[in-house]
Amino acid sequence: MRVVVAQASQRGVWDWDFALEILPDIVRGLWQTVQATLLGITIGMILGLVLALLRRSGVRLISWPTAAVIEFIRGTPLLVQLFFIFFVLPSFGITIGAFASLVIGLGIHYAAYTSESYRAGIENVVRGQWEASVALNLPPATTWTRIILPQAIPTVIPALGNYLVAMFKDAPLGAGISAGGVLLVANSIRSQTLRGVEPYTVMGILFLVVSVPAALFVRYLERKYGYERT
Amino acid sequence: MATREPEITPAADVMVRMNQINLSFGENHVLRDLDLNVAPGEKVVIIGPSGSGKTTILRVIMTLNRPNSGTVEIDGRHLYHEKNNGQLVDAGEKHIRAVRTDVSMVFQHFNLFPHMTSIENTMLAPIKVLGLSKEEARERGANLLEMVGLGDKYNQYPGELSGGQKQRVAIARSLAMRPKVMLFDEVTSALDPELVGEVLAVLTDLAKEGTMTMMLVTHEMGFASEAADRVLMFDAGNVLEEGTPEKILRDPEHKRTQRFLKAVLSH
Amino acid sequence: MLSGNQLQALLEGTWITVQVFVFAAILGTVLSLIFGVMGLSESRLLRAISRTYVEVARGASAIVLLIWAAFALPILLGIPQVIGPLLAGIIALGINMGGYGAEVVRGGILSVPRGQTEASIALNLNAGDRLRHVILPQAVVLMVPPYGNLNIEVMKGTSLVALIALADLTFEAQNLRVQAGGGVFEDPPSTAAIFGTALVIYFILSQLIALFYRWVEGRVGGRWHGART
Repeated sequence: MRVVVAQASQRGVWDWDFALEILPDIVRGLWQTVQATLLGITIGMILGLVLALLRRSGVRLISWPTAAVIEFIRGTPLLVQLFFIFFVLPSFGITIGAFASLVIGLGIHYAAYTSESYRAGIENVVRGQWEASVALNLPPATTWTRIILPQAIPTVIPALGNYLVAMFKDAPLGAGISAGGVLLVANSIRSQTLRGVEPYTVMGILFLVVSVPAALFVRYLERKYGYERT
Repeated sequence: MATREPEITPAADVMVRMNQINLSFGENHVLRDLDLNVAPGEKVVIIGPSGSGKTTILRVIMTLNRPNSGTVEIDGRHLYHEKNNGQLVDAGEKHIRAVRTDVSMVFQHFNLFPHMTSIENTMLAPIKVLGLSKEEARERGANLLEMVGLGDKYNQYPGELSGGQKQRVAIARSLAMRPKVMLFDEVTSALDPELVGEVLAVLTDLAKEGTMTMMLVTHEMGFASEAADRVLMFDAGNVLEEGTPEKILRDPEHKRTQRFLKAVLSH
Repeated sequence: MLSGNQLQALLEGTWITVQVFVFAAILGTVLSLIFGVMGLSESRLLRAISRTYVEVARGASAIVLLIWAAFALPILLGIPQVIGPLLAGIIALGINMGGYGAEVVRGGILSVPRGQTEASIALNLNAGDRLRHVILPQAVVLMVPPYGNLNIEVMKGTSLVALIALADLTFEAQNLRVQAGGGVFEDPPSTAAIFGTALVIYFILSQLIALFYRWVEGRVGGRWHGART
């Protein structure tokens, strides 16, 4: 990142030239935030499905602790979870870089949410499908992978879309552990130039430019595919 | 918007006058140039195939669907219009509410207020609209619930009542407003067959009492022949034929009516 | 584990967390009602204003709103001495909550069946009585569970104020970690104990909120809701 040195205090409240000057850096930061989100949602989707299946397990020794972990993750702030991953795990010999900590933190946090969506999706597959699988004497693995999940997962897609957008809105929190992203870039511009108005306003506008259309698109998908299935 | 409809001097023997009513939902022309007069105290039963627009007549009189053109008068007062310098103009909410006090409606799906007990359902509008005191409203509601045979259900919530009981509460709720005109929109269609009788009994009593104007959309031909003064066969947005119950139900002129009656009665 | 002083510091931070949450939730609730009802207005303009607010308040995200409210807004308005971190936190989290809450309010009112409005018209109730006595009592019951969840999200969101140096629970936890690493303590508490305790306190808070709204749900619903068909 280029260092912008200026006699900040001598300029007005808002400086267009300065705003334009920092724009490319902030766009680059935003791209990092998007990357963290895409990696995070991948973990969130896979881990969420695993949690959902563990929670449905017939063995209480598995299903109850899983339920407790999901409840705990949902009941505590992402930021503190990120601190935990980044600052605490090293004392157990697990050291993870800041950006990887952010991605893992986002993934775990949202897995707790997606697991509930998967669970609802699985429960919405009609009982007759289970009974038919029994009647055909299908092995459990086949029942899950060929009958139940192919019907459950499409109903979960709109919810996953919503979590993707929500995760993007949480991803700037990585700045709290100095993980790369739009907020970290804006913070460092402010600390180097002593001007916060331009970087944070540019960040806010760019953020809206990405998140509002994304949210509208997800809602469009929801309307298009969500209602047909119910 | 001013309309050029000529103002008709209200005759004393007309309670509901619909004049050249047109109403479309998109492409669907539901009411076409409909003229319909109902006399004070008259009981009119409207029959016809589903989608013929018969329910919409009631909904227009209740101001639930505003017609695209035409006028409606209730007891000599315009419902959707008021006079301004001798011209009829679209009426404001205040005028509509003033005229609407004379009308009430009972619905196919009851539409009781689920968060209020039977007696509270009957009390709300008399207190809020007619300005009755709580005590007066309670007494009026209790008498009406007694009348519809629910004297022991004052404090039940709608969710705790059977369909037939719900519909009788809904009738009492509308009667509590003492309307001049009562509209009944397929009020037995959503009921289990064994519960239809108790609601029809209440309706028959009301009809025999005589003073109130009633308009009913129903498929209950037995009720129509017993209680109606006039039966209207409705099709494709207008009245196909009308007459006494004996005439329409026994000896209809139109093939369309014959076919409809045959389908309803064999069913 | 943690010493008494350290636990004391976390509890003081918790008190700040609770304050930010309560005031943000109050602001958020007021905004939810205003913009939720506005979103159902017959006026196109009012609906557009409500829509824009909802999209921006949600789309900007709590963190971006917070940073902007703390470091850009006061300077743009020329009142940096008026908007401190506490006020910035309350404003940002309240506005963000209002965006989600307006949808809860709007959705709740829309979920009341259309027949209820029609029956109110058939009984000639005016618009105010219709909303107050017929629609809202039913809508509120539908709103309470999502509104309770929203409150939990807002409470968790208060942890973000640590990033604008407001001494809430998260900030105090961070502070203890830095002190521990800086040799301030003879027997430094492990970072696991610090953040573990903070997480547990947050979890207790979110369970208390959940419990409260379950109680509210029972209260507003009453007998009719259980019996509803």
